[in-house]
Amino acid sequence: MYESLLTYPGNVLAEFDRLQRGMEHAFGTLGLPSSIRAVAQGAFPGINIGTTPASIEVYAFAPGLDPAKIEVSVDRGVLTISGERAGEAPGAERKRSVYASERYFGPFRRALSLSEDADPAKVQASYRDGVLHISVGKRDSAQPRRIEIK
Amino acid sequence: MSDERNITASERGPAILPRVDVYEDASGITMFADLPGVPRERLTLRMEGETLQIEGEIATDVPEGVQAAYAEVRLPRYRRAFTLSRELDTARVEATLKDGVLSLRIPKMEHAQPRRIQVNAG
Repeated sequence: MYESLLTYPGNVLAEFDRLQRGMEHAFGTLGLPSSIRAVAQGAFPGINIGTTPASIEVYAFAPGLDPAKIEVSVDRGVLTISGERAGEAPGAERKRSVYASERYFGPFRRALSLSEDADPAKVQASYRDGVLHISVGKRDSAQPRRIEIK
Repeated sequence: MSDERNITASERGPAILPRVDVYEDASGITMFADLPGVPRERLTLRMEGETLQIEGEIATDVPEGVQAAYAEVRLPRYRRAFTLSRELDTARVEATLKDGVLSLRIPKMEHAQPRRIQVNAG
């Protein structure tokens, strides 16, 4: 209700925002605690996370990067991905019209907290087709074991 | 996954609108599109009349038995279409895909390129 006092009529962007919030209300995600490191939709790079019994798989959708310049670090349970997406050399924009400029360029940094069973010694990263894939192994003690019945 | 490839775009369901940059200079149009996760064999560029359709499927390696825990990229494909104008030479479109970035160059027809017009003394 209070939100309707904050949005101006006729503002298209606000209207979209209101719509999205409406959806969040409808699905019950607004107001629930979210991660303190959560970011708004559309941050660069987009991140997907999956888990297997033996590992945590992180995918960062970061196109057009030089893999040598991507920094991946794990410090006290926080995985950080940072780097810079270089734009074109200056001067290239002369004598041309720009119709769309939607892609992100510049420095980026994203961090996510790993679960306690993550083993910082078992981190592997690869870059393919513009996706940075980081696989963090779980500690052996955290992996499911079959207990034999004697 | 691979048996989906012969189905037409409209039957494939919702897709992410990829971010693009579009420029025009004297000899044609240059477009860059961010398509992270799309390998070359999963990228389709199609001309339908004057419409250029770009569609790509995300095909990242996922280990066996992985369960999604969090997702910002929530759809498995990208799709975007552009209407081209008649002076663009669609037969000579050049496309390259590198590290999830599609670069497209659409040249203008020879006769549509700018010419300096000679002014004759009367």
